[in-house]
Amino acid sequence: MEKKKSLFSVFFNGIVTENPTFRLVLGTCPTIAVTTSAINGIGMGLAATFVLVGSNFVISLLRIFIPDKVRIPAFIVVICTFVTMVQMLLQAYVPSLYESLGLFIPLIVVNCIILARAEAFASKNGPLLSAMDGLGMGLGFTIAITIIGCIRELFGTGTLFGIPIMGASYQPMLILVLAPGGFIVFGTVLGLANIIMRKLEAKKAAKEGAKA
Amino acid sequence: MSLHVSNAPYVFSGNTTRVLMRDVVIAMIPTALAGIFFFGLRALLHILIGIVAAVAAEYGYQKLLKKPIRIGDCSAVVTGMLIALNVPAAAPLWITLIGSLVAIILVKELFGGIGGNFMNPALTARAILMVSWPVAMTSFTLPVYGLGIGVDAVSSATVLGGLEATPLQMFLGLIPGTIGEVSKAAILIGLAYLLLRGVISWHIPVIYVASYAVLALLLGNDVLAGILSGGMLFGAVFMATDYTTSPMTKKGQMVYAAGCGLMTCIIRNFGSYPEGVTFAILLMNIATPLLDKYMGAGRVYGKGKKA
Amino acid sequence: MNEVLRILLFMVSCVFTHNFIFSRFLGCCPFLGVSNKVETAVGMGIAVTFVMALASLFTWVVYHLILVPLQLAYLNTIAFILIIAALVQFVEMFIKKSSPSLYKALGIYLPLITTNCAVLGVAVLNISEEYNLLYSVLNGTFGALGFLLAIVLMAGVRERLETSDIPVPFRGFPICIIIAGLMSVAFMGFSGIGG
Repeated sequence: MEKKKSLFSVFFNGIVTENPTFRLVLGTCPTIAVTTSAINGIGMGLAATFVLVGSNFVISLLRIFIPDKVRIPAFIVVICTFVTMVQMLLQAYVPSLYESLGLFIPLIVVNCIILARAEAFASKNGPLLSAMDGLGMGLGFTIAITIIGCIRELFGTGTLFGIPIMGASYQPMLILVLAPGGFIVFGTVLGLANIIMRKLEAKKAAKEGAKA
Repeated sequence: MSLHVSNAPYVFSGNTTRVLMRDVVIAMIPTALAGIFFFGLRALLHILIGIVAAVAAEYGYQKLLKKPIRIGDCSAVVTGMLIALNVPAAAPLWITLIGSLVAIILVKELFGGIGGNFMNPALTARAILMVSWPVAMTSFTLPVYGLGIGVDAVSSATVLGGLEATPLQMFLGLIPGTIGEVSKAAILIGLAYLLLRGVISWHIPVIYVASYAVLALLLGNDVLAGILSGGMLFGAVFMATDYTTSPMTKKGQMVYAAGCGLMTCIIRNFGSYPEGVTFAILLMNIATPLLDKYMGAGRVYGKGKKA
Repeated sequence: MNEVLRILLFMVSCVFTHNFIFSRFLGCCPFLGVSNKVETAVGMGIAVTFVMALASLFTWVVYHLILVPLQLAYLNTIAFILIIAALVQFVEMFIKKSSPSLYKALGIYLPLITTNCAVLGVAVLNISEEYNLLYSVLNGTFGALGFLLAIVLMAGVRERLETSDIPVPFRGFPICIIIAGLMSVAFMGFSGIGG
């Protein structure tokens, strides 16, 4: 019955249907910690995407050689290798981003999204599909945390990607770029995303109902 | 704006809540009048904006979510008034507006409305305002005794910030501070009314202040100034005693009040915020569910009434 | 005397001022996932405390006595995660042998801790903040106690809100995260304490 997975559907799955941030609520720590600005959100998202694509691809290639019992440690070593690569690349080429993401770059290793995709997807599918899954999931994560970063930066400092937007008389709501703002904005956006998804699903169900 | 107050259905708020809340509003009137007397009509403006915004936010939220309209229980009036009394008169008026919206929507209604919130809405709003706009929220002016609406008064340090004031000045309210906290005499009148009406018991306010006094004495602070200046009395009487966010049993309340005193003293002495009352009470609000769980009979949650 | 006071303040700041959840955002997944009930939250908190204290000790020793002399410091992430995974296994076996009742209570949480970012986080922090061995272990232990405090407070509030009328799309994760945000507003009060 099951259709063969197309590259596009796998890609789309990560961005909308199973968006790791909004639908699966994985990787919450970086989502709250680094989203003080839009650029940090994008940076973190792309770094994680790079690791996801790489680790999914390699794990998928190695999946027949890795004994089942030690698969988790093996996955972690693969993921770790890519994280160390990202860490060195960022340090060399974008040191300012490296500074502001700080601790949360090495912590990509324990980002649940990556291990979860290795376990749930890459260990069961071919390398090309797995890389595509990594790309979809990674971009889904990137989009989500960039949205949160934009909101926090816009209202918390009055700028967007560092460019003043709100006008000189705007008094930024400082709390949004501090710890409480990270939680509150994420929670609110998550709730609103749920409302939108519910509406979409209801519409879809109504359409299917009409067809039948 | 005409606000429609429906008679029914009051699912569980009912008349008791309304009577309680009305009593709290009455108890706050002396402090409000003192604030208006000291800081001019601008203080009145803050209070009106606070109340209207809070009630409108509650009405709007309940309407939007097609819930029963419960603004008739007056709890939003209390919240709006508390927020206005917690800002300096010189602060921009939109500060009070944002405070009311945040308190009602984010802290109260999102958690199911009256009785559902786990932190005091007005106090949480004050903390959020203080962290967001520290300059506006701590630009205190000396009392102006005028009818002025503008901000022409001179900014001044508070007593906690090093201003000299006699105990009598502090007691009457001739010191800089937020609209509601300056006049201790007015707060004590409100306290007397609340005690007489049986709205609150003495435990929380008295133990709060006493435990602070003991600790401040041990640390060598000026105890009298610590109690008579800043927001301690206002917090102890009107904020720490909120039914929903303070423990149910007497034993729990005593621990809670002592915790408030302890935290206030610690934050005032070691923290970077000069006034610890807001954060101290909020921290004990968070601990309240645990205090209820381990220091008293099981509580029927979701009913914002005292058993 | 001065040093003792400094250490005391450091411990206080690890628990409150730089709370792992409310200020450092580390360990949010178990914080949100295992905070339904106070009892399980306590269990998770204790297990994390165990592992974080030991992890701080071992990772510091390995980093400074093995990786740095061999000029392999860039391998720290891999080394740390392997140490932590081994440590979790070891703690699990140890508790299983020595105290079956404790194992029964904590057992289910232990495997989850390997991917708790608070553990790897504290190991990396200890290095980047250039703490000595004593401060590293204190940071691990008291930071974990801060995590314990946060998750227990959270569980208390969540138990209380079980019957609350929260809008359906906000139930579950969204409201939990907002609760954490409001709690961290209160924790802002500690800022400045202990530097």
